[in-house]
Amino acid sequence: MKDQFVVPARLKTTSYVLLGIGLLTLLIGLFAFSGEHGATRFWAGLLQNSTFFLMVVLASTFFIAATTLAHGGWQIGFRRVPEAIAMAVPALGVILLVLLGFLIFGNKGHVFHWIHPEGDRILEGKAPFLNPSFVSIASVITIGAWIALTMKIRKMSIEEDSWTMTPNLGKSLLWRNSVWCAVFIVVYALSIGSTTPWIWLMSIDAHWFSTMYSWYTFASTWVSGLSLIVLFVIYLKGQGYLTWVNDEHIHDLGKFIFAFSIFWAYLWFSQYMLIWYANMPEETVYFQPRVWGAWRSVFFLNLIINFVFPLLIFMKRSTKRNYTVVTFTAAIVIFGHWLDFYQMVMPGTVGGLHFPWYELGIGLGFVGLIILITGNQLAKAPLAPKNHPYMKESIIHHT
Amino acid sequence: MAVKKFVVGSFDDEAVLFPAVKKVRAAGYRIHDVYTPFPVHGLDHALGLRETSLHTAGFIYGITGTTTALSFMSWIFTTDWPLNIGGKPHFPLPAFIPITFELTVLFSAVGMVMTFMYLCQMAPFVKKHIFHPRQTDDLFVMAIELTEKTRAEEVKAFLDSVGAKEINEQTAETGWWLGRWDREDKLFSKPAEPVNA
Repeated sequence: MKDQFVVPARLKTTSYVLLGIGLLTLLIGLFAFSGEHGATRFWAGLLQNSTFFLMVVLASTFFIAATTLAHGGWQIGFRRVPEAIAMAVPALGVILLVLLGFLIFGNKGHVFHWIHPEGDRILEGKAPFLNPSFVSIASVITIGAWIALTMKIRKMSIEEDSWTMTPNLGKSLLWRNSVWCAVFIVVYALSIGSTTPWIWLMSIDAHWFSTMYSWYTFASTWVSGLSLIVLFVIYLKGQGYLTWVNDEHIHDLGKFIFAFSIFWAYLWFSQYMLIWYANMPEETVYFQPRVWGAWRSVFFLNLIINFVFPLLIFMKRSTKRNYTVVTFTAAIVIFGHWLDFYQMVMPGTVGGLHFPWYELGIGLGFVGLIILITGNQLAKAPLAPKNHPYMKESIIHHT
Repeated sequence: MAVKKFVVGSFDDEAVLFPAVKKVRAAGYRIHDVYTPFPVHGLDHALGLRETSLHTAGFIYGITGTTTALSFMSWIFTTDWPLNIGGKPHFPLPAFIPITFELTVLFSAVGMVMTFMYLCQMAPFVKKHIFHPRQTDDLFVMAIELTEKTRAEEVKAFLDSVGAKEINEQTAETGWWLGRWDREDKLFSKPAEPVNA
């Protein structure tokens, strides 16, 4: 049983190449985008990618927390994978904080209009909430709590490997995991389920508001996070690790992606239909450039690849058990939700539709960073949390 | 349906049942069915049952519902009785989606329940033979169909060797019938032996 992951040279090279592409794109962008308009695209692309990938890796912590609180046993066999992915939260969180510092205090680009509410009645009314000090303090607290709790959950899991188990110690293992996961769930719900997407993303279109927005963002990043987990699990299996994880586990992850793709579409439609029905100018302003403007193709392509595509592919049992199909669909789903964030951020900042070479390049850089961190973290601990009381339940898991 | 002869063995432990199912199949006897008090994981694989096509039926019912809802509403609002509702277009697709969704779910749910009932030969007022009164309580009951090539005594001895607790021979109607349990004597020419025999 190969229990200790060693980062293959090929994975390392891939991650460095992707990281290099990202940095090169950043450098090209710095020189290519001149003037006020260009600077906006430079910063908006960074904001889109850093928020998206931070929330995607954070979804791994949420996966651990939710399954732990539900007393799930099936995921323990590959629990080290989401743990390792979640360890990218500190790095990506710090990147986003630095970026927000530039955007809010450095006044770079024209991303957040609410920084200067003077003369705009609506923005003046929102100023008690949308002002630099509140937004920056909220961001620091949110990201700080995410990093601290993610690292705490990881630390507990590694600590437990060296315990000498007794039945009572098994109980206390479950108890302390449940407590910290419950704390994380509360923090996660209060941040990503309510204010965080408002201040980072919805405030781009500061005149507009939607109460669906946070849930929509959550659904988007959660389904991409699940896809990322399944990609890493299949990669490890392909390398000959995780022999105790089989079709049944992949099948369940596939069901998750299937279900939450539908959940995402449900929120997409709920947000769209209410605004369409009421037809009030202050609300329809968000959909005007997306449905009737230059972004029409991206807007509907987004719906097709994030809803119709996984719905039809993952409907059948055999496709959820076919590793090639699952890998392909998971990769497409991650790209689809990246595109979703793209059409959420760009119409309100850059305006027109461009070929997204810059945004894609930066995105590849983030992918490289995530692969690098996850690979290193996977190598730091055995792949089986051998002292977890539910390990056997995971091995004999049967759907 | 036809009246057939069965040898029925009852097991009180699923750990005994699983190897017994494998041995009975390997010996070439025809298992009519195994009745259990609760769903047993992996028993369908052990029995060699094929994967159900109920979900395919569900998909077909679902798309039938989608098509019905969309075409019916489109026909009404564009051709049959166009109404001006809040200045919306005559083909307001977003407004149709919730109803389309509901009809898709309704068609597939009702259709799948009906198909399931049909496949299991169940319906209100319909009777089916019960091989052992305790098959929904605490016994795992395996019914082996007797063909012209199998002798009852041989099957009984075999079931005994694989660990069955209670073994008897029954003649039963395999399909469903309408009527009353106590008046259908011809279906129970050899009734199930009393539990504590």
